[in-house]
Amino acid sequence: MVKEEEDSSNRPDNTAFTQQRLPAWQPILSAGIVIPGFVLIGLAFIGIGVGLFLTSRDIQVLEMDYTGADGSSPCSVCYNLADKNCVCTMSFSIDSLIKGPVFFYYGLTNYFQNQRRYGVSRDDKQLYGDTSNFASPNSECAPYQYISNVPIVPCGSVANSMFNDTFELFKNVNGQSLPVPLDGKGIAWWTDYNVKFQNPNVTPLINAFNGTVRPPFWSKNVYELDTTDASNNGFINQDFLVWMRRAALPDFRKLYRRITDGDYSAGLPAGNYSLKIHYNYPVNGFGGKKKVVFSNVSWMGGKNEFLGIAYLVIGSLCVVMSVVMLIVYAKFKFPEDN
Amino acid sequence: MLSRPSLLLCEKKKEERKVKANDREYNEKFQYASNCIMTSKYNMLTFLPVNLFEQFQEVANTYFLFLLILQLIPQISSLSWFTTIVPLALVLSITAVKDATDDYFRHRSDNQVNNHQSQVLIRGSLQKERWMNVRVGDIIKLENNQSVVADLLLLSSSEPHGLCYIETAELDGETNVKVRQSVSVPAELGDPNNLATFNGEVVCEPPNNKLDRFCGTLYWRDKKYPLTNQNMLLRGCVLRNTEACYGLVIFAGPDTKLMQNSGRTKFKRTSIDRLMNTLVLWIFGFLVCMGVILAVGNAVWEKEVGSLFQSYLPWDPPVDNFLFSAFLSFWSYVIILNTVVPISLYVSVEVIRLGHSYFINWDRQMFCSQCNTAAEARTTTLNEELGQVEYVFSDKTGTLTQNIMSFNKCSINGQAYGKGTSREKNTLDFTPFNPLANPDFCFYDEKLLESVKVGDWHSHEYFRLLSLCHTVMSEEKSEGELVYKAQSPDEGALVKAARNFGFVFRSRTPGTITTTELGRTVTYSLLAILDFNNIRKRMSVIVRNPAGRIRLYCKGADTVLLERLHPCNQELMTITSDHLNEYAADGLRTLALAYRDVSEEEWEVWSESHRSADKAVDCREDRLAAAYDKIEQDMMLLGATAIEDKLQEGVSETIALLSLANIKVWVLTGDKQETAVNIGYSCKMLTDDMMEVFTISGRTVQSVRQELGSASFPGNGFREGQEGDGVAGDDQLQGSPCPLPPTYLMDNISGEFGLIINGHSLAHALEADMEVEFVSTACACKAVICCRVTPLQKAQVVELIKKHKKAVTLAIGDGANDVSMIKSAHIGVGISGQEGIQAVLASDYSFAQFRFLQRLLLVHGRWSYLRMCRFLCYFFYKNFAFTMVHFWFGFFCGFSAQTVYDQFFITLYNIVYTSLPVLAMGIFDQDVPDHRSLECPKLYEPGQLNLLFNKKEFFICIAQGIYTSVVLFFMPYAVLSNATQSTGVPLADYQTFAATTATALVIVVSVQIALDTGFWTVINHVFVWGSLGLYFTIMLALHSQTLFRIFPKQFHFVGCAQSTLLQPVVWLTIALATAICIVPVLAFRFLKLDLKPQLSDTVRTHLRKPAESRLGARGGSRSGYAFAHQEGFGELITSGKNMRLSSLGLASFASRHSSSWIETLRRKNTPPKEPCSSFL
Repeated sequence: MVKEEEDSSNRPDNTAFTQQRLPAWQPILSAGIVIPGFVLIGLAFIGIGVGLFLTSRDIQVLEMDYTGADGSSPCSVCYNLADKNCVCTMSFSIDSLIKGPVFFYYGLTNYFQNQRRYGVSRDDKQLYGDTSNFASPNSECAPYQYISNVPIVPCGSVANSMFNDTFELFKNVNGQSLPVPLDGKGIAWWTDYNVKFQNPNVTPLINAFNGTVRPPFWSKNVYELDTTDASNNGFINQDFLVWMRRAALPDFRKLYRRITDGDYSAGLPAGNYSLKIHYNYPVNGFGGKKKVVFSNVSWMGGKNEFLGIAYLVIGSLCVVMSVVMLIVYAKFKFPEDN
Repeated sequence: MLSRPSLLLCEKKKEERKVKANDREYNEKFQYASNCIMTSKYNMLTFLPVNLFEQFQEVANTYFLFLLILQLIPQISSLSWFTTIVPLALVLSITAVKDATDDYFRHRSDNQVNNHQSQVLIRGSLQKERWMNVRVGDIIKLENNQSVVADLLLLSSSEPHGLCYIETAELDGETNVKVRQSVSVPAELGDPNNLATFNGEVVCEPPNNKLDRFCGTLYWRDKKYPLTNQNMLLRGCVLRNTEACYGLVIFAGPDTKLMQNSGRTKFKRTSIDRLMNTLVLWIFGFLVCMGVILAVGNAVWEKEVGSLFQSYLPWDPPVDNFLFSAFLSFWSYVIILNTVVPISLYVSVEVIRLGHSYFINWDRQMFCSQCNTAAEARTTTLNEELGQVEYVFSDKTGTLTQNIMSFNKCSINGQAYGKGTSREKNTLDFTPFNPLANPDFCFYDEKLLESVKVGDWHSHEYFRLLSLCHTVMSEEKSEGELVYKAQSPDEGALVKAARNFGFVFRSRTPGTITTTELGRTVTYSLLAILDFNNIRKRMSVIVRNPAGRIRLYCKGADTVLLERLHPCNQELMTITSDHLNEYAADGLRTLALAYRDVSEEEWEVWSESHRSADKAVDCREDRLAAAYDKIEQDMMLLGATAIEDKLQEGVSETIALLSLANIKVWVLTGDKQETAVNIGYSCKMLTDDMMEVFTISGRTVQSVRQELGSASFPGNGFREGQEGDGVAGDDQLQGSPCPLPPTYLMDNISGEFGLIINGHSLAHALEADMEVEFVSTACACKAVICCRVTPLQKAQVVELIKKHKKAVTLAIGDGANDVSMIKSAHIGVGISGQEGIQAVLASDYSFAQFRFLQRLLLVHGRWSYLRMCRFLCYFFYKNFAFTMVHFWFGFFCGFSAQTVYDQFFITLYNIVYTSLPVLAMGIFDQDVPDHRSLECPKLYEPGQLNLLFNKKEFFICIAQGIYTSVVLFFMPYAVLSNATQSTGVPLADYQTFAATTATALVIVVSVQIALDTGFWTVINHVFVWGSLGLYFTIMLALHSQTLFRIFPKQFHFVGCAQSTLLQPVVWLTIALATAICIVPVLAFRFLKLDLKPQLSDTVRTHLRKPAESRLGARGGSRSGYAFAHQEGFGELITSGKNMRLSSLGLASFASRHSSSWIETLRRKNTPPKEPCSSFL
């Protein structure tokens, strides 16, 4: 209440900041910028769109449903999974060469890997090879945390529900079925393989898993997933890594194998093929569908017609809009300027 | 006199306070508050708990706390707890820092006050003691110009009769000097020795906040002495004109009346605040709806799909059916969708307002160099409302006028002198002629000085009268350095004028007046003061000059005085009347002066009759008046004075500008109608362009109703097809009792009428049955002047407009009488740098000059409003765009409350990635430069009509946000679901999807803020680009291996950023989404600019082109006094003679009151033998 500042001047500082006179760029949506801008954007989008559309058109995709829900499918015998180790074979033919490298995907529909509870039901520390989490898995893994007090490794719904159909591809040449080599290396993310998932630093690997039990749905232990390649076991098994990377949407496909080796480095030649499916993964309970996809890719990835069309549409709309704006501008603005 | 009944009242009460002088032990028993003042709220220890407790009383904070608790329940928690706690902690700590800073300054000012030195009488000797150590019951010595330490009972004073003079500006805003008197008996306790042994006991009322009331009893030496407010010196007063005095501390510290009065002011909210709260409630409703929809979805999904999917994803143990799952899902969605009402909204709004407040404080164009006062935003929460003001209620004195009276013109013996304040002429230089002259005094006519020099008898007598007939107190610090303490500025001006013309009032005693007349010291014995009152409208003194002749000098209102002249004055009277009319027409305040010689016998007779009248028990006032009347007869006219009530600088320009901005200015003044009307003309509120100026001055309900009726019936005068500038307030006029004019006609005539209403009429007009009529009439008028209104009525008028017009009101004033109005208006503005600080303390904004109002409203207010609206629009937009993506995703993830984004992104989106650019826009944005908004006041209109942010705008923002969220979800959905990397790895994994959507979102909202920002300063650039850069940096950091290795669980997005951002498809998706979001906005804005441009757009586009000057009046100010308009105006004033009424002293009735009280006091307390009372 007592003011004793009479001596010093209270005059505020004269700076551009305090006086709100900072130099500033004041853009205006003038016709000179907006209309040419729209034309440019439109043309650019049309250009990109055409490029994308053409690229996408060159990509070949072969997609086959093998769920077996309808009786006509060769896999319908396995649909109800009456017997374990059910095997079915699908035959198909390719009319023209699918240029390589060809990627072999499996797909699931109506499968909710993006469910929140599903997503959190895992133990990233365990998967990072932290053996302390072997003994006591993360509680979010429940109900796949313990089986009668023995910890499950890898725990949780994601790991438990790992896709376990396996495929073998044969090319039918003159009545003979020649196996097409499938390459399962490097199908997972680099960071997943090298950083995120680590086997515990124990040799032999099996010792790390003493006192644990495999997930209830699994038929093999995690350290013996790949019988052909010893290094492809444990948490860094490629198929496991692929499965553990959750899909964003309920209809998804995941990379199964690459077809790059030997005669097939140039692609899948035309001809008849048969796909032998070890049908283990039940989807009838929730009405899901299973499929396999063979596809090649371009610089911008797999077949993606939507992107090209969307670019074309937006580009055209921009150009149309610029014309509309020009008309409006000419009609309403010019007289006023005069 | 008042004391006895009130004392009885006090005694009835149980509670009472007992204070014994010089007896600390006794007083300590009662544990009275010490004199230590604590306005601070916290100390080191209590800060955290108390501040947190206060903050959690805010609904928003509690809501977020509730969310936090929800998040700790694992089955519900769809988001980690830190997504809420980080922003919440940030918000709480920002507020805490602000509170702590405020409190620190309060601590500092408390310390400053508490450590002032005072002199306390302890064990018979005076000791220096800090204020805070003063206790109840101590005896304090005060010296001249010292502030009063606590509420004191005045025990003795160095002045005669135990009188002492105080200034109460800090308490009630009145600067006039008031008188207090010590209790009758201890007055003999002159010296400290006697006081040291004084052991009286005071029994009085408990502490209260009534400034004008005190009752108690002093018990001393077995006697009772009643105590009243007139014996009290209250804390906050300043001792004036009194060498020293002693007082007994009755109330100390928080018990003092000053502190008891410093109650918290009413918390004001802006209309944007209220709208925001409504919208936030709607958003909550919206949130609940979304939650319900998704919960229903969840129920359906769990029943149809989830239950079948249980083999892969069993239900959590507590969940046993889909309904319970849906219930949990509802709360989960409440958590993830809560970002539609982000925590940071309120804090950001506060930060922006704080920024705007600083800009107001820093504005050099609102700095007054004369009083070295910068504008101050005392409330930092109302800025945007400054851009929406429709009604300005202004006080007159001290606000429109400077409250400086200058002796401008005079008429002496039929000769008019003075040429007004013209700039060409040099002011008279008095110094060679008169060493005692005050150099500040300006007069522009050397003829008058000549006539004094040549010894013109009338001139001498004229100034002699001015130097004798007044109640001014003088203080002479050193020889010739005279300071006058006038109780009204008019009187001060007159005495000062006399001083400069050689008749210097030097000093007065109760019985004498000493003057220096043309260098010769003369002492007059003062025989009587025939005091001023409102009925008499004059005052006289009867003096005996050294030669022994008795003369009566009288000054007063011409209407009163001219009737009392000797008939021989007829001719002079006519000439003087003409002069008086002339002065009145110039808006000057006039007084007539006269004298009368009184013979010794006549004096004897009269003084006897006066004495008997004075002693009369009944009808004393009447009998005194009759006695005064008897001697104030047959006077000889000397002349007239004309005093200019100086307008503040730039007042008329400001009012003109405000009215061009469609702001209605009402003047509410305690002054008389004539004065108020004159000021109304001189500041161009009333103009001769006006069709008619209605005057409502009826004293009865019927007459007021009749006058109102005729005023609201505009008759046949208005012209149709005029440019109607009033758009606001059209439908409000529906309630008008006037059946004739449709609303648009009322709008048209709004520029054409003025209304003047008197206080006593206003009292009727404010009654419930007439107020609608009054409001509709008054609002149809361009200018409204309410005169003779009480402080309470001022507040009532403001409340009335608030109630009926739903418009934003601003009240501006400088004095204690404006406090109620300032508090009740939406925005209160105090004029600082002058007398009392009461108005400033109650105000929200303060500055030194009325003219700064235009800058405050048209520049700062307008910008604040614009910025706040743009900020809010964008803020709601960006949060809807952000949050609604979760909603769409819900349909694809089994309504499981799975977030689309990484939880860190959710945590940081509002507080890091998108907060700074919008804050920069909210603080720095300008659509047009400041001088443009002053040149083109129409730019103010969108604020008044609330066009920039209202419910419609809100829905547009929301719609845009939802549209953006749709694009942001479905574009990645459509593109990524089948896309793969060039290595064949599908892109449709959750993490890539999350990163793509998040990046697209950040880019889209950044582009949008870039579009919204109209004023790109360096800071905007840094913030916009910086935020984008920061987003990518933080994203890469969060997805880095280093962090993952330390916290594998939290940072499980490892490698996602690199993987995603290297994909051309991802960038193509982002570009596509951005284009789809932004292109329609751009096109829409461009078309709107062309088809329906706003005024600000036009101004902005044509920055180079000189704007048409809408202000004819800008440039040189006309000679202030607008009575050139008199021809149209004259017949409106009821009688011409009223115009010439004196207004001496009416500006402060209270001062008159207290000056008469001096006389009363003397009469009561001095034995009759004393000369000063011999004739009273």
